[in-house]
Amino acid sequence: MPGPVATLILCIGTAFELAFVVCSIYRKAFSRYVFFNLYFLLTLASSCFRHFVLVHSGVESDEYRYTYFYSDAILTLVLYAALISLYSRVFGELRFSKYVRVCAVLLLAGTAGFSYAVVAQSQERLSTNFAYELSQNLYFVGLILTYLLWGAILKLGETRTRLVQIVLSLGLYFSAYAASYALVTFASIDSVVVYLVPVVGCLLPLAWTVTILRHSEESRLVPARLVAVSR
Amino acid sequence: MMAALIFAVSVVTLLMFFVSYCRSLMAASSRHVLSREVRDVTGIRDLATARDYPKLMQLLELCPERPEDRVGLRAVSVYYDILDVTQKSIARLIPRLQAWMEHERAGCANFAAVALDRRIAFNRESLLREAEF
Repeated sequence: MPGPVATLILCIGTAFELAFVVCSIYRKAFSRYVFFNLYFLLTLASSCFRHFVLVHSGVESDEYRYTYFYSDAILTLVLYAALISLYSRVFGELRFSKYVRVCAVLLLAGTAGFSYAVVAQSQERLSTNFAYELSQNLYFVGLILTYLLWGAILKLGETRTRLVQIVLSLGLYFSAYAASYALVTFASIDSVVVYLVPVVGCLLPLAWTVTILRHSEESRLVPARLVAVSR
Repeated sequence: MMAALIFAVSVVTLLMFFVSYCRSLMAASSRHVLSREVRDVTGIRDLATARDYPKLMQLLELCPERPEDRVGLRAVSVYYDILDVTQKSIARLIPRLQAWMEHERAGCANFAAVALDRRIAFNRESLLREAEF
């Protein structure tokens, strides 16, 4: 069973996820951010399901491993869809949405294929390895895609405050998650999985809730101030 | 090897996104015109400078909190601390970096001044509402 600190982090994260869904309904933005809401609702459902499996099978069981890594892979896929929806919004006015979706599907298929190829080479061909590898690679692909989206936002002079801050929070989240997964792979530090990953998970709904609450859809910022080096 | 590469790239992008996130927070409040009251209290004439930051943070601690400010202020104060440490160490060797850091620290101070202004306005409104009841 997880300790009191891990349980507390889980409860705080769940509260932030619920807060985002409630705030987006309150600010009449639920349908606009439907993939984000779907992601947090699925996160809530997966937390409950993981806890149920944990209580019945224990943390060392195969059932819990399967549940944890497969639910994580599904959540990563939904977050990937949320990221693509941000691409569609940024490039929507340029009528590139259709190409963005096609590229996203191709990239997803490529990532899944690459993950399978990596797992197939190892001696232990456990299907949990595939889920773990897919999650890790999708976080990294998500990070690269968010970086490219951020570049496009700067280039296009995007001024929508909400969109800018949502993309940046997502970039922070993907970077921290990709770093955590990589740290676990090459350093095998268990406390990263137990504490650091859930803490990082708390920050995304918190940052998005603050953004939704503080800024309306009409809020604009000066794009020149976003560039670190003045042009 | 692959994991180490992913870790290195992720840490660099984490820093980059953090800086950009803080800059977006500061940019969102850059259009705010400070009230005369805050100018009088802080002694800021037009725009806040890096030197005003510690004084502004002390004033913010005296003023009751606004819940929506908390995350932004926390992020910007971490950013200010990073800038402060970098300015006192690496930036001493690179004069151009020094000027950029000074500009960024002034941005942090301006963000804190806007937060103070909003807190004062929020508390005044709350007091007025309470007085009506």
